[in-house]
Amino acid sequence: MENNELKPKKEKVPRQKMPEQEPKVRITNFNEVPTGYTEETAIAEAKRCIQCKKPGCIAGCPVDVDIPGFVRLIAEGRFIEAALKLKETNALPAVCGRVCPQEDQCEKLCILGKKGEPVAVGRLERFAADYERQAGKIAIPPPAKPNGKKVAVVGAGPSGLTIAGDLVRLGYDVTIFEALHKAGGVLVYGIPEFRLPKAIVEAEVDYLKKLGVKIETNAVIGRLKTVDELFVEGFDAVYLGVGAGAPVFMNIPGENLCGIYSANEYLTRSNLMKAYRFPEYDTPIGREKNVAVIGGGNVAMDSVRTALRLGAENAFIIYRRTEVEMPARIEEVHHAKEEGVQFKFLTNPVEYLGNKEGWVTGVRCQRMELGEPDESGRRRPVPVEGSEFVIPVDTVVVAVGTMANPIVPATTPGLETNRRGYIITKDASGRTSREGVYAGGDIVTGSATVILAMGAGKQAARAIHEYLSRS
Amino acid sequence: MSRIIEKQDLSENVVRMVLEAPAIAKKRRAGQFIILKIDEEGERIPLTIVDSDADAGTITIIFQVVGRSTAALARLQTGDMISDLQGPLGNPTEIENFGRVVCIGGGVGVGVVYPLAAALKKAGNHVTSIIGARTKDLLILEEEMKKVSDRLIVATDDGSYGFHGFVSAVLQNLIDAGEKIDRVYAIGPVPMMRVLCNVTKPHGIRTIVSLNSIMVDATGMCGACRVSVGGKTKFTCVDGPEFDGHEVDFDLLANRLRMYQTQEKQAMEAHRCECHGK
Repeated sequence: MENNELKPKKEKVPRQKMPEQEPKVRITNFNEVPTGYTEETAIAEAKRCIQCKKPGCIAGCPVDVDIPGFVRLIAEGRFIEAALKLKETNALPAVCGRVCPQEDQCEKLCILGKKGEPVAVGRLERFAADYERQAGKIAIPPPAKPNGKKVAVVGAGPSGLTIAGDLVRLGYDVTIFEALHKAGGVLVYGIPEFRLPKAIVEAEVDYLKKLGVKIETNAVIGRLKTVDELFVEGFDAVYLGVGAGAPVFMNIPGENLCGIYSANEYLTRSNLMKAYRFPEYDTPIGREKNVAVIGGGNVAMDSVRTALRLGAENAFIIYRRTEVEMPARIEEVHHAKEEGVQFKFLTNPVEYLGNKEGWVTGVRCQRMELGEPDESGRRRPVPVEGSEFVIPVDTVVVAVGTMANPIVPATTPGLETNRRGYIITKDASGRTSREGVYAGGDIVTGSATVILAMGAGKQAARAIHEYLSRS
Repeated sequence: MSRIIEKQDLSENVVRMVLEAPAIAKKRRAGQFIILKIDEEGERIPLTIVDSDADAGTITIIFQVVGRSTAALARLQTGDMISDLQGPLGNPTEIENFGRVVCIGGGVGVGVVYPLAAALKKAGNHVTSIIGARTKDLLILEEEMKKVSDRLIVATDDGSYGFHGFVSAVLQNLIDAGEKIDRVYAIGPVPMMRVLCNVTKPHGIRTIVSLNSIMVDATGMCGACRVSVGGKTKFTCVDGPEFDGHEVDFDLLANRLRMYQTQEKQAMEAHRCECHGK
């Protein structure tokens, strides 16, 4: 059956590459690394799609993008229409085209991937969204008829922005409350400029505002107003998309020495506060020469590549398992390697050493070996006795994960959380133990991806619509 | 956006501002702070809410010019706008009738202790306040502190006004005189808080300090403000800003406050160039 759809074509067009800044050049700036498809390469890539009758790719997309539909429009040169097609189900296509792990989602299920390389769905998504934005032809759909119901969204990250976009198009009066001074959540404080230019996030947030979404920044729900007070103010439902923003430290000796950052702090300084442009911008950041980043995820890769761009001569990744187990996207690891990041696998910090002024001077590490698989299915790293050694460093970034921020749960009576502080939802709809309160994204699942948080926002939008249509 | 309603120089380098912030004014309680960001390029600056007027929809802040950001803030005038104001942040002070309390403020720390003294007085405590400064001209809020205290003692390092010496010596004298003290609130520069905690510790007097760690987001997200309290790492922004002073690792706090010394100097140079350019 499937083979019928894979009839050999006259000539096989390879998966189109995106041009990139040379590693030597790009570590001296914060500009985006890949520069995107041209119209010609986009069309060539889009034409590779064989337009399956039963497309597998859509099933791999948490926000149900009509992938063959928008790809066909690109193949036909109808780029603006392709962007509109994307926006039917995805409020943030320029973002998703850049940061989604397509290799684990749509592209993983692409039929072409079985015998060769899958269609570059992500690159095409990015192309269409960029084309529309750069052409200055962002079409705003006609406003929906107001239905008189108000929804409060807490957190302007990927899931909050998504649900806001979906609900406003259904006629709801939607206000997003964002704790920081800028909307975007992890897209503005976490992901660096060289991977996701902030102007793009701003443009997508602007689009939501034009759809009618109201955004109140500097509004820390739980402090300025509680969830209960939002209901008193007249909101009919509340969505909590507050993320898993609290940093995890390893609780090893010396971790509070000067020069040791959480990845959240390091990235927030650089990205949100633009410390990489200090002193033009007021917020400082360490620019030391020997930087160790602890961890093997995307956040660790973002941190270590930021360190290089801030002038580090030696930038290390210290990771307790091997490259195979690293949770970071292959593309990110590849970029990091090209840029000269030094990987210390099977290595785990046990202590930080400091000088008289309280500055970190080194990290004492232990060699590890892989033992039996743990609950995550990955082989558990086991310390090798007597294997300790010191790596001299003057900056450390701890990127070993995040946990739930307790401010909202602690100030919302009756909102059930689990042992680790994440909000418990009844089902995929995001319904919580509190009537009219829904939650989704990292505050429910723990740290995951942008697109999964967006998927949760989408499902909660449907659930809230159903809930408020009943009452 | 928030408008500056009033601006007043309290002393050389210490400024008082009344800011338009109706939602914060309604909600804030003693001991809480705000994050203020002047403009696009500005840092996020944590500042204690000294006072508020819910009816007028305003809050009061007091700050000392210590770096480029505070210098830029001090250059703003009544009627100017501040781009971002976030708050109220941090845990409010635990206010009860503890009995006889001593509220101690040093330098710009008087502004931080003032709302505590006011709330403690209102809760029925007998409030003794000790406020200090290097010299008479740098002393702030004397009249205000007098109003919310049963007794006010002023100290200056150089003896130009009030008691000649540190606020810690004043406290030591009270203790030596056998005064009953149920609680001490000590807010000011790190060395001052450290010494005050050393004074009260042998007598088992519970001593609350309010810490001014470096912060970025101030909502528990970054951990820049981490301090060690009783051997455990705490975040000043969400676990504090007030802690049991006898448990605080002041050395660590002092070190971490110096983390950006080099950059601060660099920024101040840049700031001076800007000023000269005008």
